[in-house]
Amino acid sequence: MASIARNQLYGLMAEFGTPDDLLKAAQAAREEGYRKFDAYSPFGIEGLAEAVGFPKTRLPVLVFIGGLIGCSGGFFMQWWANVVGYPLTIGGKPYDSWPSFIPITFELTILCAALTTVIGMITLNGLPLPYHPAFNVQRFALASRDRFFLLIEAADAKFDLSETRDFLESLRPEEVSEVEA
Amino acid sequence: MDPAEPGKNAAIAEPVLAPGHSFGSVTDKISAIVLTRGTGKKWMGGFAVAIALLLMLNFAITVLFARGVGIWGINIPVGWGFAIVNFVWWIGIGHAGTLISAFLLLMRQQWRSSVNRFAEAMTIFAVACAGMFPLLHMGRPWLFYWMFPYPDTMTLWPQFRSPLVWDVFAVSTYATVSVLFWFVGLIPDLATLRDRATTKVKQVVYGILSMGWRGSAKHWKRYETASLLLAGLATPLVVSVHTVVSFDFTVAIEPGWHSTIFPPYFVAGAIYSGFAMVLCLAIPLRKYYGLEDFVTLRHLDTMAKIMLATGLIVAYSYLMETFMAFYSGNPFDRFMIMNRMFGPYALAYWILIAANLVIPQLLWFSKVRRNMLSLFLVSLSVQTGMWLERFVIIITSLQRDFVPSSWGMYYPTRWDWMTFLGSIGLFFTLFYLFIRFLPMISIHEMRELVHKKEEEQAA
Repeated sequence: MASIARNQLYGLMAEFGTPDDLLKAAQAAREEGYRKFDAYSPFGIEGLAEAVGFPKTRLPVLVFIGGLIGCSGGFFMQWWANVVGYPLTIGGKPYDSWPSFIPITFELTILCAALTTVIGMITLNGLPLPYHPAFNVQRFALASRDRFFLLIEAADAKFDLSETRDFLESLRPEEVSEVEA
Repeated sequence: MDPAEPGKNAAIAEPVLAPGHSFGSVTDKISAIVLTRGTGKKWMGGFAVAIALLLMLNFAITVLFARGVGIWGINIPVGWGFAIVNFVWWIGIGHAGTLISAFLLLMRQQWRSSVNRFAEAMTIFAVACAGMFPLLHMGRPWLFYWMFPYPDTMTLWPQFRSPLVWDVFAVSTYATVSVLFWFVGLIPDLATLRDRATTKVKQVVYGILSMGWRGSAKHWKRYETASLLLAGLATPLVVSVHTVVSFDFTVAIEPGWHSTIFPPYFVAGAIYSGFAMVLCLAIPLRKYYGLEDFVTLRHLDTMAKIMLATGLIVAYSYLMETFMAFYSGNPFDRFMIMNRMFGPYALAYWILIAANLVIPQLLWFSKVRRNMLSLFLVSLSVQTGMWLERFVIIITSLQRDFVPSSWGMYYPTRWDWMTFLGSIGLFFTLFYLFIRFLPMISIHEMRELVHKKEEEQAA
């Protein structure tokens, strides 16, 4: 493969055959001092996110806030509509008969929390993303089948084309390829 | 009992995935159904029947909109006819899909991986069929948006103390969350289809739908967190939906409706009919598409057992309903139960008892659970029974309530039947399109299952 000019290089990609090899490679890259790298796999692998330096996601907090908004907003909407906006006596109950507002409060809590979960997951992941350099490597199509990839970015402070290539080769990958930006 | 592994019976020892599969083989096998298998003759035949029924539905609805709900058999006192029977039936069927995908995920049941995708699809299509009926049942369906709270010029607001308004929120939340859950599950599989697409068009379409998913470790982390959170949200939701549906009845004072047993009884019945539908879909699918390796006897056996268990809860509820009618000393309740058993709709009641309580007892026998034909027939019987259950609950209670002067009879017209059968056409049209264009088994979860099996073997 012809070498890519330095400014057009996104990084170096190593291909592995098993999830264990990828996990070990990611841990080794972290120990070696690399910070800007990512691992790609056809399914979620336990411990891989920690190995690439992503131990925790903010998603649960956002979902909790979303649920809270749905809960309080839902209750307030009903309370305002049936107590202030359009009070109507039904079955001799007081206007503020809050127990009958609970089912809708519950449903709206779930609705807002679920919408936050999905929209949050997609946007935090930076999707939809029409272009990513990783797809320039032809064999990367197998990342959604049965192959496992480690990509060290050229933007990493420790990145050096030949040294990083040597490091990746030392992990015994099936192939190391340069990724065009 | 297997002497080598005490405590494990034959059914447990049976694998959830046939041996010999790798990440590549599960991916290829499932994606090939969509990408390279092509449109089969049997698929075309089934689709044609479904489309024909859908056209009949369109015709029935067109006439309905032109002439009004008077073409149905509904009247006063029986204002809720087939439309509400079908609504409750369809929404109940949907519940098994959510239960499989959400509740079993929380319970870490590995066997769910190969059935959750099409069970979720079933949920969405069933909810679509269900949601249609209350709208059709409105005299003026074009004013459906009056049910939602929005600031209108008349400064009117919905009456939030009414279970019918709760229902609007419950069903629309359920539909939204089911679609979200289903789509999130599909994203990595759409990426697989994109990467394996055989034509440019497929690559672009699946590419847009997968939104650029590339399987990054960070993405998987958020993805799995999101799946778990959605499962945690969907599990109480699914219980709440049929509870709210049962409130439509139980908050009213009609004899036979006004009972505290309704919420759990409705939820159990929903799961019961839902699993029957999953089995009715799974048995032909695995045979026609050769998916016996993924949907094994273990799955069918397990689902049959869940069906039996929920069926027993339903049986208990019937028994309690009858017992309470006499024990309560309420003459209207007592009359209601006698009217159900021996009144003008007694035939429907006894077929319901046979189809829902007696025939499913065959599931106690492992031979019945493991024979595809008998399991399919029992599932069909359960679905018939559950439809009749809603018919009996709705019709017999309304038909003869407190004052004999307000009694009446309900006879479904051909428009009722056409709308009902047509909704089955709508369901199957959507389902046929789904199995043709989307992977009916979750590919990435199957790869994960292969990984887990490998780890188990290594350990």
